[in-house]
Parts: sequence; structure tokens; C-alpha cells
Amino acid sequence: MTDVGIEMTDDVKVPPLEGGHLTEHEVHPTATGISNEKLSMWVFLGSECLLFGGLISTYLLYKNRPGAIEVRDTVSGAHVGNAQRISDLFDIGFTSVSSFILLASSLTMVFAVLAAAKHQQDKLRLWLGTTAALGAVFVGGQVYEFTEFLNKGAGYTSNVSTSAFYTLTGFHGVHVSIGILILLATLALTFRERSQVTPERVEIVGLYWHFVDVVWILIFTVIYLIK
Amino acid sequence: MALVNARTPLELPSGAETTVRRPLGVFQRPVRPTGWRSWVFTVDHKKVGIMYGAGSLLFFLVGGIEALLIRTQLARPGLKVLSADLFNQVFTMHGVTMIFLVVMPLQAAFANYLIPLQIGTRDVAFPRLNALSFWIWLFGSIFFNTSWFLGGGADGGWFNYAPNNGVIFSPGHGIDFYAVGLQIIGVASLISAVNLIVTVINMRAPGMTWFKLPVFTWMALVTQFLLLFALPVIAVALFLLTFDRLYGSNFFNASLGGDPMLWEHLFWIFGHPEVYIMIMPSFGIVSEIIPVFSRKPIFGYPFMVFSGIAIGFMGWGVWAHHMFASGIGPMSVMAFSLSTMFIAVPTGVKILNWLATMWGGRLRFSTAMLFAIGLVTMFTIGGLSGVTHAFAPADTQQTDTYYIVAHFHYVLFGGALLAIFGGFYFWWPKMFGYRLGEKVGKWNFWLMLIGFNLTFGPMHILGLQGMSRRIFTYSPDQGFDFWNMVATIGAFTIAVSVLVFFANIITSFRKHRRTQEVVSGDPWDARGLEWMIPSPAPEHNYDEIPVVTELDEFWHRKYGHDEEGHLVRIASAEEVSQKGDATNVHLPSPSYWPIVLAAGLPFIGYGVIYNLAWAVLGGLLLLAGVFGWVMEPSTDPEADHGLHGGDDLEPTAEAAFEEAAAGEGDPQAELEEAPR
Repeated sequence: MTDVGIEMTDDVKVPPLEGGHLTEHEVHPTATGISNEKLSMWVFLGSECLLFGGLISTYLLYKNRPGAIEVRDTVSGAHVGNAQRISDLFDIGFTSVSSFILLASSLTMVFAVLAAAKHQQDKLRLWLGTTAALGAVFVGGQVYEFTEFLNKGAGYTSNVSTSAFYTLTGFHGVHVSIGILILLATLALTFRERSQVTPERVEIVGLYWHFVDVVWILIFTVIYLIK
Repeated sequence: MALVNARTPLELPSGAETTVRRPLGVFQRPVRPTGWRSWVFTVDHKKVGIMYGAGSLLFFLVGGIEALLIRTQLARPGLKVLSADLFNQVFTMHGVTMIFLVVMPLQAAFANYLIPLQIGTRDVAFPRLNALSFWIWLFGSIFFNTSWFLGGGADGGWFNYAPNNGVIFSPGHGIDFYAVGLQIIGVASLISAVNLIVTVINMRAPGMTWFKLPVFTWMALVTQFLLLFALPVIAVALFLLTFDRLYGSNFFNASLGGDPMLWEHLFWIFGHPEVYIMIMPSFGIVSEIIPVFSRKPIFGYPFMVFSGIAIGFMGWGVWAHHMFASGIGPMSVMAFSLSTMFIAVPTGVKILNWLATMWGGRLRFSTAMLFAIGLVTMFTIGGLSGVTHAFAPADTQQTDTYYIVAHFHYVLFGGALLAIFGGFYFWWPKMFGYRLGEKVGKWNFWLMLIGFNLTFGPMHILGLQGMSRRIFTYSPDQGFDFWNMVATIGAFTIAVSVLVFFANIITSFRKHRRTQEVVSGDPWDARGLEWMIPSPAPEHNYDEIPVVTELDEFWHRKYGHDEEGHLVRIASAEEVSQKGDATNVHLPSPSYWPIVLAAGLPFIGYGVIYNLAWAVLGGLLLLAGVFGWVMEPSTDPEADHGLHGGDDLEPTAEAAFEEAAAGEGDPQAELEEAPR
């Protein structure tokens, strides 16, 4: 019973990412050599592709279906003209900036994964926090954008193009928000006495985060760049 | 090793000062090995599989009663057993129930029970997620059926085409329950798909390469991939429908810019793979049964595997053959006609392989074998009538007639369900330790086969005569009387055969209890790994993870060839079987959280439909479940698991230590159950 391979002791606190007490398990043999957790995330992301595929198709089908939107001034509420579809209201500059911020968060996520791999606890916390913050800025931007559109008169049910727009970007926003929660939970777990935040787990969180970012590149192109 | 040394060997986990720290937020674990708690909080793939089976048999009765109501209403022209409105609800609920609450979960039952046994591992990759899938499915199914008591069920057919699925044409809450209920059930299937895919890819026993994988596991794997990619598509469709009905969007409302065809496309992009989701595991079951009772290896194993994969791929390219009558244009019709004809090829390959497996074999017509042959014959009829739909002109004529109803019942009842019953008779001894009666079983089979053909055979004729589906009655001058009566008689014959099946379970169980007869691990002289462990399968499955060198490994351990190439027995089944008495096996601990987490979803469903206050309650349950789940290591550091599978109820000190140590390394402890 002395060869169970667990080096961790209860009375000696070893910083989790430096102690390496989990290395035994990180290389746990599976038929493919990839851990079950990481493989399950890849498989799940495969499924997510079809979810966004369906939503993007819906938007593409409906984006040019006109339906009169009475555009109001966001401050005075005065009627300032008519729009036919949601794309008439886009502020491409604003969305480009918030998209850039989301993409930047992919970079900070990479730093977080690197820090975890090097067992640099403080840096890991820093970059996890930064990534979550950048994600939050993006979601905040989306909330602002939605509010603007709504104040201008384009509600969820104004016409099918607005419905499709809000549904697609809304689903993406929910995915980013869930990602932020996961990042914050991971960050919180690094403070636990015996942390379960292994480098691989950070990497798995990263997989999800990068996926959400990559999908946004697609959505941004489809919604804002293609006329 | 300070942890281990800190305890003296006799200090059991309940001892006062233990160095094993209970993680934050974890209650005392459910640890009882017997009683209802051992089922409700289980994470054992075998118990989860059995619960899936029991649950879906219950819904099989519900769906069956709905079928009998339909057939009673249609027995004679002009009957008023059901009103037109109620008839719409009954056939819709019958369809959805039989597909999502019976056939799919029955396949999930077999997949859950058999995959870990067939690939030689101790559990699935994520045992708690497995339990979660089951509870979400069960609660979602109950949620869906509560619509009967809350104003009536969905009433637009199982595919609920737009615009009939809109609030204007279906103002009740039935379709809301359909949209939200299927969404919940879909989550269960998605989790289960991810779990089983990872299990098969990652947890195969040493030596079990892809082409030594049993055919059932292969087919179940293809099914899980189909689920993985098809479910998000129906999820999108159901979300859009929910938003249309509850939040006032107009995705499917043509008068306000929406497009009803979008629903049809999204539905069938899911719906056609769904057809293969239902039939593929049955192909797998039959591929396990026929070789055993022919005493021959499966003919053309690689062809079996590749045709299954081919069906999996091609299943994505045929969806619009459900929509030939909807005006999708001549080019689309031609393309989908062609692809539909092509997909018959790999299916035909399978049929021929089964026949070739039986050819020249030493056939034993056990009940399981009869059911398997039932699939081969009945599915062939259904497949042939299916190919007739590939011809667009004929299909346009047949669309929405009873010919279609006949066709899909031949593939789904004559195919999927007959194989599932065969699977029950075949694996029942492995699951419960006693056989189902063969004599009663044959009554069960013949009654079912005759009843089935009486019910659905005449529907071909009715359909070609022009009788529409989904019409609640007909008039005497239409000439539909005779065959409708025959079909109704057939339906009640099926009902009798199902009762015979349940009676068989009860009488066989009583006999088993009376005689205390214990069935051996290998009652059929079978081929796969699952037969080299005792019946019923011990909780830890394998004492030692087997090392695989052959397809049909167990058979090759029992039989070899002499110099002239004749089959000779080289060992008895007992000699090469495992005893199931291992101790010190790490198994994932039972958990409260899957059922707590799952219980939140139906409340969220009611909240979406009625009042968001319910959703808040559901959300809290969900959060509690997630929090408890995250904070709980999957293997209890305090569990005395050493007694698993052993007669010795004293946990050995060694086992206790091993458990404690395992708990320490818990992040990956889900892997712990499958050391290799």
C-alpha cells in the first residue's frame, strides 16, 4: 500500500500548481492518450457547431426580409425615419471595437493556459481574471447595443430580421456569459486549499473560450460585414 | 504517504479524527447498497441502463394505450370514441411518446448497460453525467406528459408542421409542452451522447482496437454521433418555435415574413438522422444475436461496420425526401431522390450479411433469435416500401396517406422494437440473473409478429386506396371498413403480446425466486466479453480488465481449431470466465446531485410556459445541483469501497486506504475506475 502514487500529504500544504501532485493523473492512460475530460469538450464543441450553424442559417434566411421599423431618436423619442431591416441600424465602428476586445480575450486566455502549464499560480489568476473581464466588456457592449436598437424602435418582434438577429447574437452572448462564469469559477477554485485547477482543466476552459470567440468571428462576418 | 500512515489500519472511515477532509458543500454520501436509495442516487451504468429500460417500458404502455385509442376510433366508420380534437392530440402524443420516450431511451438502456461491458471497462467515462442524463430524460418525459392534465397534449403530429404549430392554429399549451419538453429530453440525449462517445473512444480494454469492437458498440457509437450533431438542430427549431409561441416572434408565420419551410427543413435535418438513431442500435442488437444462435461469426464484419458508418453519413443527405410534396423544386427533388435510393445500399448490405451469417449455421430458434429474424424480414419489407418513397411521383401520391404510416411502422416497430424485444430475451439473464421463459417467449413473439402484420400490413392497401393519415374518421362509402377493422384487431393482438411479455417477466422472476436457480455467466454459449463475467453482472463488471486479442474474444477463449480447421472446444466457459469476486475495486461513489440538478429543469419548463416564478425555483435547484456537483469529488474519500463485489462485508483496511488515497487525487477520479 505504499505505491498508490499519491505524494500529497494532508499536513503539508503544497501549492497545487507547483507541487505537481496531480501529474500522475494528467497522464492517465486512455486509449487515445487524450483525457476523457478534454475529449468530451471537443466532442461537445462539435455539437455546438451545429447549434450555431442552425442559428446562422436562420439569420441568413431572414436578414433581408423587410418589415417596417419606425426609427426613433434615442434621446427625444421623436420619429426620425423608417428602417426596413435590423442591419440599417448597425453601428459598425462600435461593434468592431467590442469584437476586437473579445478577440483580445483569446490572447489572454492563451496566457492563462501557458501560466497554468508553467505552474505560475499568480499569473494564472491574473490572466483568468483579465480574460473574464474582457469577456464582460464584450457582453456589456452587447447589452448597450441591444438597448440602443430597442430605444431606436427595433424590438425583438419588430420583424423577422430583428428576431433572427437578437436570437443569434443573444445565444452567442449567453455562451460568452457562461464562459465568464466558468472563468470566474476556475479563478475562485485556484484559491481553494487543495486546488483542483490542473493545467489541463485550464486548457479545457480555454477550448470553450476560443470556440466562443471563433464563432463570433463567423457571426460578426455574417451579420456586420456581408451586406 | 503521510496520509495513509496517519491512520492505523483498524481505524475505519467513520473514525473520530480522520485526516481525510470532507470537501466543502458535500453532505454525507448516499451509501446504501440496497433499497430505493441505491437506485435513485446510483451512478452505476448498469443500474442507469435498467432504469432507462423500466422507465421507457412504462411509457411504452402509455404510448400503447394511445395507439389502442386511435385504432378503436378507426375500427368502424363514423365512430365517436374520440373527438376530432382529442384524436389529433392522441396520435401526436402517441408518435412523440413512442419515439422520444420509448424507442430512443430503450436504445439508451442497451447502450448504457452494454457498452462498458462490451468494451471491457468498469463504467462509462462520466458516471455522474450518465445518471444526470437518465434523470433529465425521466423528468422531461413526465413534464411532457403532464400536458394531458394541463389543457391537453400537442396536436400537430409528431413533426408539428408550421403553421399548425403556431398559436393561431393551436392555442392551447400542448405544443408549448412539446417544444420545451423535447428541449429538456434533448439535453439528456446530448449529455449521454458526449459521455458514450468518450467512453468508446477512450476506455476500450487493452487490445480492443477499432476492428475488434463488437458490432453493437459500433452501431451505438454511430448513433451517438448522429445524436450529437442532430440534437442541436432540433434544439434551434424548438427554440424558434418556443419564441414564436411564447414571445411573439414570427419565424414560422408566413403572413409576417416568416417561413414555414424553415421549420420543415430544420425538423427533418434532425428528423431523418433521428430515424437512424432509432434503428442503428437495433441493427447492432441483431448483429449480436444472430451469430450466437447460428454458431458462426458475423459475416463480413468490416462491411457491417462500414455500412453502419455509411448510413450514419448518408443519413444527413436525405432529409428533404420527407418534403417532396412541399414544393422544394425539381433539382432538390431529384438530388434527394437519388440520395434516398443510395442509402438503401448500405442497409441492403446489412440484410445480406445477416442472411449470410445464418447461411450454413447451426441455427437455434430461441426467442431472441426469432425476434432478430423478425427484424431482418420485417425491416426488409419496411425498407422496400421506403425505397418506393424515393420515387418522387409515387411519393407525391403517397404523402400523408396510410401507406406512409405502414412504412414507418414496418421499420420502427418491425425493425427497432422487434430487435429490442430480442435484446431483452438475449441479455435478460446477464441483467437479472434469470432467463425469461422460452415457451411464453415464443407466444410473445408469434402474437407480436402476427398482430404487427395484421395492424400495419393492411395500411399499405388503405394508403394506396387514398385513406389520409391524421383523419379522425371516415365514411362507410369510402371502402375503408374492412382493412381498418383488420388493423384494429391486429393492434389488440399486439397489446396481448405485450401483456404476455410482462407476464413472462413476472412468472420467470417467480420461478427464479422459487427454484433459486442461478443462470451461468454464459447461458447461450455466446461470443462477446460481456458473457465472461457472472450473471447478473457484478457491480464492478470485471475483476480484471481483459486483454483482447480477437474479435469475439470470449468465443476464441472457449474455442479453437484443430489441424483440419474444425471447431474444437479448448476450454469450458467456467474456466475462462471471471468469478466476479474481486475486492478493492475503485468505483465512482453514488451521488445526490444528478437527480437534484435534473429536477430543476421541468420547473424551468413550467416557468417558461406559465409563470417565471417557477423558473426561479427550478433555477435554484439547478444551481444547488451544480454547486454540490462541483464541490463533490466523484469518488468519496470516506467510502469503504473495498467490499464491492465481494461476499466479505468487512472492508479490508487495505481497501479503505486505497479509497482514501484515491479521494486525494480526486480530480481525475472518474478515470480511477478503469485502471489499465
